[in-house]
Formats: sequence, structure tokens, C-alpha cells
Amino acid sequence: MPETLQRRPPPVEGRGWLEPLPAATRFSFRGGSGAIEALSRAYGVPLPTAACRAASAGPRAALRLGPDEYLLIAPAAEGASLAPMLATALGSLPHSLVEVSHRQVAFAVQGPYAEWLLQSGCPLDLDLGPFPIGMCTRSLFHKAEITLWRTGPTTFRVEAWRSFAGYVVELLADSALELPA
Amino acid sequence: MLIIDCPYCGPRPELEFAHGGQAHVVRPADPAAASDDDWLQYLYLRDNTRGVFAERWRHARGCGRFFNALRDTTTDQFLATYRAGEQPPAVPRDRP
Repeated sequence: MPETLQRRPPPVEGRGWLEPLPAATRFSFRGGSGAIEALSRAYGVPLPTAACRAASAGPRAALRLGPDEYLLIAPAAEGASLAPMLATALGSLPHSLVEVSHRQVAFAVQGPYAEWLLQSGCPLDLDLGPFPIGMCTRSLFHKAEITLWRTGPTTFRVEAWRSFAGYVVELLADSALELPA
Repeated sequence: MLIIDCPYCGPRPELEFAHGGQAHVVRPADPAAASDDDWLQYLYLRDNTRGVFAERWRHARGCGRFFNALRDTTTDQFLATYRAGEQPPAVPRDRP
């Protein structure tokens, strides 16, 4: 649980629009098509090939952030076993696999106003048409970089670098003051 | 806000992009044989075109990729974007 989320809870967190998500194991993976195939088999999630799409199988997820860049998210308990397993599967294929578990923290923004809340600081068009379920991308929330993943019609997973999490959460809370009571 | 069409991600807001200067500046193929003038040209001298200009842009807060764009420097209109390494597409002369 990120300290920033615990120490200064935003005033309207109790309403449930913002939920801190449990700690996770994260990897930043980059590689060509051979490495992508090998990793898909070992990881158990076929890495998406369409731009800005996420795929998940059970508790594991893979987010395509760029043409050769993926963010892998798995339960925290798998951290110790996953790294050597993936490294073995990739072998000598050219790739980069970096564990970034503690670089960022995740929280869910949800409910009927989720889109509106994120839209208050994110310049993307978050309507269901241009930003459908399963779409993920890096973007900005005000001045902080976030990774945004739409997991449902009114549910988003937001990943922010841990030192920026307080900034993101409190600006969201500030926008939430405008929500109808 | 300008909408810039990233060749990898599609149309995205300009806030996510970083400008990267003139495109298609080629480094001397044989650096040891290049004259001082060649280096001057490569390192420092840039066009300052009025009109359609090919520029490098980077989708810094998105996919992170560099790409090239044709932009009209008088109107700030993006006429085309294309991947790095590709030739700039033809721009119709009688465009609006």
C-alpha cells in the first residue's frame, strides 16, 4: 500500500471512486517479435500486437505501451519466481526486461464519474468510442506521467510513479469536490 | 489544443509530444573524411522554412517513439506524419 495514499487520504475517498490497488510485480519489457513470442508463452498472456491495447489472463496482465514496449503486471507474490522464469524463457534473444515493481503505484478510479474525474487533468478523449475497454496508454495527468488502462465502462486503472502519486491523487480529490453529493 | 497523429498510436493531444528539430539531417557517412564545413552544416545549420517544413517529433508521454511530421510553419497545421526512416509524403500544392 503506497504511503502517500494512506498518509493523507483525499476527503472523498470514502465514497469509493478511488481505491488503492494492491502492490504488484511489474516489469518493463522491450524486445522484437521473437522475444515477444517467447515471453507470451512463458508469461501465459499473449502480448497484444495492436497499438495501445492490454491483454490479461487471470491475475497477469500485459499492457502495450509502445511498438516494442510492454508493461507486465502480476501479483506481488509472484515477484521472486517470475523474474528468473521470464529471463530463462527469453534466453539469448535480444530484449530488455527490467523489474519496476516499486517504481509506480496503482489505484482504481471508478464509478459513474470516473471518466469525468480523469478528464479533469488528462488531455486524452476518454469517451468509450476513442478509448474503449481494454485500451491502455501512457499519458499525462496535469503534469505527471500516468499509465491509464480502461478495465471497464466506468473503471480505470491508473499507474503513477510513486513520488507523483500524491500529486495525482490530491488533484483528483480536488476535482471530486465538484461531484454531486 | 492541436491534435497530432502519432504514426504508432493515432491522434493524440499535443501536450504528449516533444519537438525534435529539423528532420532528415544526415550525419556524414564517413566522419573522418568530412570537412569542417560538412560538420558545421550537420551540427549547427538548420533551415528556417516559411511554409511546409519536415520536423522530428517525439511522442514523449505516449509510446516514446520519434517520428517525422510535415508542418506548415505559417499556420501550425500538421499536414502529415510518418515513421522515422520513411520518405516524406507528397503534399498537394492546392491544399486548403
